[in-house]
Amino acid sequence: MPIYALTAGLLFAVGLYGVLGRSELLHRLLGTNLMASAIFLYLVVIAADGAGEPDPVPQAMVLTGIVIAVSLTAFGLILIRYFHALGTRRTLEEEEDPDG
Amino acid sequence: MADPAGVVLWAGAALVFGPLLGAVVVYLLPGRRFEARLCLALSAAALVPLAGLSATVFVHGVQEFTFGGHATPLGIAFSVDGLALAMLWLTGLVMFACHLYVTGWLPGESGFRAGEFRALVLLLWGGLNALFCSADLFNLYVTLEIVSLIGVALVVFARGAGALRAALRYLLFALTGSLFYLLGVALIYADTGVLSFAELRAAAPAGGTAAIALAAMTAGLAVKAALFPVHAWLPPAHAAAPSPASALLSALVAKAAAYLLIRLWLGPFAALGGPGLLQGLGAVGLAGIVYASVQALRQTRLKGVIAYSTVAQLGYFLLLLPMASLAAWQGVAYHGLSHGLAKAALFLAAGNLIRVAGSDRLEDLGRAEPLLGSSLLAMALAGVSLAGLPPSGGFVGKWWLIQAALESGQWWWAAGIAAGGLLGAAYVFRVLRHALSNAPAPAQPGTLTAGMVWSPVLLAVAAFVLGFTGNILAPLLAVGAPGSGS
Repeated sequence: MPIYALTAGLLFAVGLYGVLGRSELLHRLLGTNLMASAIFLYLVVIAADGAGEPDPVPQAMVLTGIVIAVSLTAFGLILIRYFHALGTRRTLEEEEDPDG
Repeated sequence: MADPAGVVLWAGAALVFGPLLGAVVVYLLPGRRFEARLCLALSAAALVPLAGLSATVFVHGVQEFTFGGHATPLGIAFSVDGLALAMLWLTGLVMFACHLYVTGWLPGESGFRAGEFRALVLLLWGGLNALFCSADLFNLYVTLEIVSLIGVALVVFARGAGALRAALRYLLFALTGSLFYLLGVALIYADTGVLSFAELRAAAPAGGTAAIALAAMTAGLAVKAALFPVHAWLPPAHAAAPSPASALLSALVAKAAAYLLIRLWLGPFAALGGPGLLQGLGAVGLAGIVYASVQALRQTRLKGVIAYSTVAQLGYFLLLLPMASLAAWQGVAYHGLSHGLAKAALFLAAGNLIRVAGSDRLEDLGRAEPLLGSSLLAMALAGVSLAGLPPSGGFVGKWWLIQAALESGQWWWAAGIAAGGLLGAAYVFRVLRHALSNAPAPAQPGTLTAGMVWSPVLLAVAAFVLGFTGNILAPLLAVGAPGSGS
């Protein structure tokens, strides 16, 4: 099923572009989400590869990975909300020395 | 002696689950006195499992076990060798000093939630202990995420837009790094169908997929360890965090990723490292040492200097790869140990200086000088170790590394290590010159408690004492070294 693996690769690249190529914080966080989903997709593809029963180990990895991704995304969203609440800036671009 | 398998199982479980349970208790049952006592008692009680584990490893060699009787791949493989022990001891000692420091530090900081900070620190301890012992690629991913999540949260404890910006940058870098690591893990599983180090060693992955996987994992871990040239997130985050958090982040969190890097390259994937590639990685490490040391020399703020010094000191981990002899292995383990102690001492002492002087600009540090003899002593002792001057733990680690370089005929690494030490001495003495400049004391100096004064001294003296214990600890560090046969 190379089509699924290729999709996963493409998703990972799109996510990476979102993290590195965009400056808006929410975009960057969603980029990491896409990267994670790409890896989960790939793991599910591995699990289903071959004949017979699917391999449970990659599925267990995906489940654990989803829990981690959800927690980190929630934490990131909270940080972004605080950051927005402190000012109007929506990116991490440096301004003048913040406390000097 | 008791059954070794039982001892390591109990000790391993105590070191991972003790702090995690403690964190839950501290979070649910707040109370300043109770929290402080519980945290200090837990860090002191860790001596028992640490001693039991060390004795077993010393007598019986590397200990490998899985929890709950579940076999791999579903069970969680743990493996404890000399290097893991060194990191476990370092973590325990730094945690103890940090709790001691926080006990005095917190009441003065307005809006600071002591219980939450301590609960996070305990979680970090459990996560780090699990990371140092895990011998399974996916479990390592889980522990890496625990450690980074808490690392970011610790930075945010320093309120304000600057800290939040640093924390967000840290989070995005750390997330991207972890996902590259996870991609590598997925590729390895697709290639070999195993995840534990022991089975991977047997499978000896060597094909193209394994090479791409190792490249992805290396890139991810390099970001998390802030190795040059992907270090940009570390100095702002470590400088913005509250001082006890900076101490934990610099001494332990960043080092954990560097530790994993050498574990992977010298463990399950040793077959993939050609000599040219390893020389290249060593060169990246050396470039990081030189670049970050020069940056440390150019900083105008105290915590900026110490944070850049962390980037520089982590570069030494990569120098192990091209040498990979027993002496180099012991040297890097010793370097990691003494750097952890010295760096934590420096950040804690810096917290004291900044609090008394009321500023973290280097030129203002002289104001604190008449009031802070012991913190300056801690800073000087830790600085000596950081610069690798004798007699100190840092000297022993660098000396062994230089010996390993010369024995393997790679004189250029020896020259690089010596140059790195010289640059280290330069930035350490620059800080001390400012701190000893005898400026007038501030009108209203901040106050310090005994815990704050003595915890950096404790760490710095420990880093100094390591300079005399090299021959005693060398056999323990050698247990499980690659190529030593065990």
